[in-house]
Amino acid sequence: MTSRFPEGGRFPEPYGQGSGANLADILERVLDKGVVIAGDIRINLLDIELLTIKLRLIVASVDKAKEMGIDWWETDPALSSRARRDELTRENTELRERLARLEELESGHAPREAP
Amino acid sequence: MIGLRYVYAVCRPFGTPLQAELTGVAGAPPGLLHHHGLVAVVSTVPEADFCEDALKAHLEDLDWLAATARAHQGVVDALTTVTTPLPLRLATVFRDDSAVRMMIESREDDFRRLLDRLHGRVEWGVKVYLEPEPAEPVAAVARPASGRDYLRSRRRHSHEQEERWQRAERFAHSLHERLAERAEEFRMHRPQNSALSGTPGQNVLNAAYLVPRAHSEEFVELVDRTKDEAPGMRVELTGPWAAYSFSGEETGSRPGTQSGTKPGAGAGTESGAGFGAEAGEGR
Repeated sequence: MTSRFPEGGRFPEPYGQGSGANLADILERVLDKGVVIAGDIRINLLDIELLTIKLRLIVASVDKAKEMGIDWWETDPALSSRARRDELTRENTELRERLARLEELESGHAPREAP
Repeated sequence: MIGLRYVYAVCRPFGTPLQAELTGVAGAPPGLLHHHGLVAVVSTVPEADFCEDALKAHLEDLDWLAATARAHQGVVDALTTVTTPLPLRLATVFRDDSAVRMMIESREDDFRRLLDRLHGRVEWGVKVYLEPEPAEPVAAVARPASGRDYLRSRRRHSHEQEERWQRAERFAHSLHERLAERAEEFRMHRPQNSALSGTPGQNVLNAAYLVPRAHSEEFVELVDRTKDEAPGMRVELTGPWAAYSFSGEETGSRPGTQSGTKPGAGAGTESGAGFGAEAGEGR
């Protein structure tokens, strides 16, 4: 792709854009950037702004999206400290069980042989 | 049913025609509306889908939003290959052509100033990701011999995490400095959450650079060269975009980011605050 551009300069091959572009990247730009103009049918600028913020939060922020009830990642320990705590609890339980099994093995034969 | 006018971008008049098969939002081909020496790129959209109430509902629908956003971006993208457009935000809708003309008249000076500023420049997006950790060999994780071994391995693990993170931040920072040197302006965007954007790895840097078209090739090569520089990091380049990140009108109200600003002045303050601090969250 080496077409001369009217304003001068070669136009490099598009990178990761067009149909393959990450939707998050497109939304980030078309919703959040660009010139803001309140159209005359009163698509209230404020409303658009609110929607924009809401959607941007979905794209950008775990915490806010969580407020909106989207919380499936909470169970992923890599993403959530609570899930990390849960994992700790799980590990703890597992270790306790192992300990209990060991203790049982060690003292196990005595009571069983007794009668 | 009456149609409304959807505006994609404002440009200076340009000679090259748009691709004949180009379709915009709602499947209609975009046309040009000349007024006062400026051009609004518009198409007709059905009122049933684009009146205020319908839009409110539609914008909450991710599928509709995705299709509309891609169509909007498709037109702006096509414009970028023939001129330097000033992209408008999604869903900028007017009753009719005369309303579009009135809007142009009322913003004329801003438009000209921004178009002059952006003339012959494009936006490149650069993101750095910390790649997901390679899975530990099963033997290493399984069955710690004692409680002490267990704690030791946990401590080592969290220490490694910390180091990886610091390496990523250092790399992102040095890459950004090199790129900013070759760009006229830059903007730091909030790192995208990987879980939500569906991209693997943790987004450490999410930046946009305003680069003269004539220097784009060098810029792209520079980014390409860094790709293998740091193991465990992934550098992603997107673009060329219309200068979305640089056409906001906060430009006027935020001192230091007006025309000609080299990074380090106003834009630098913003980036300084954003860098690292936000990237650290969600760790």
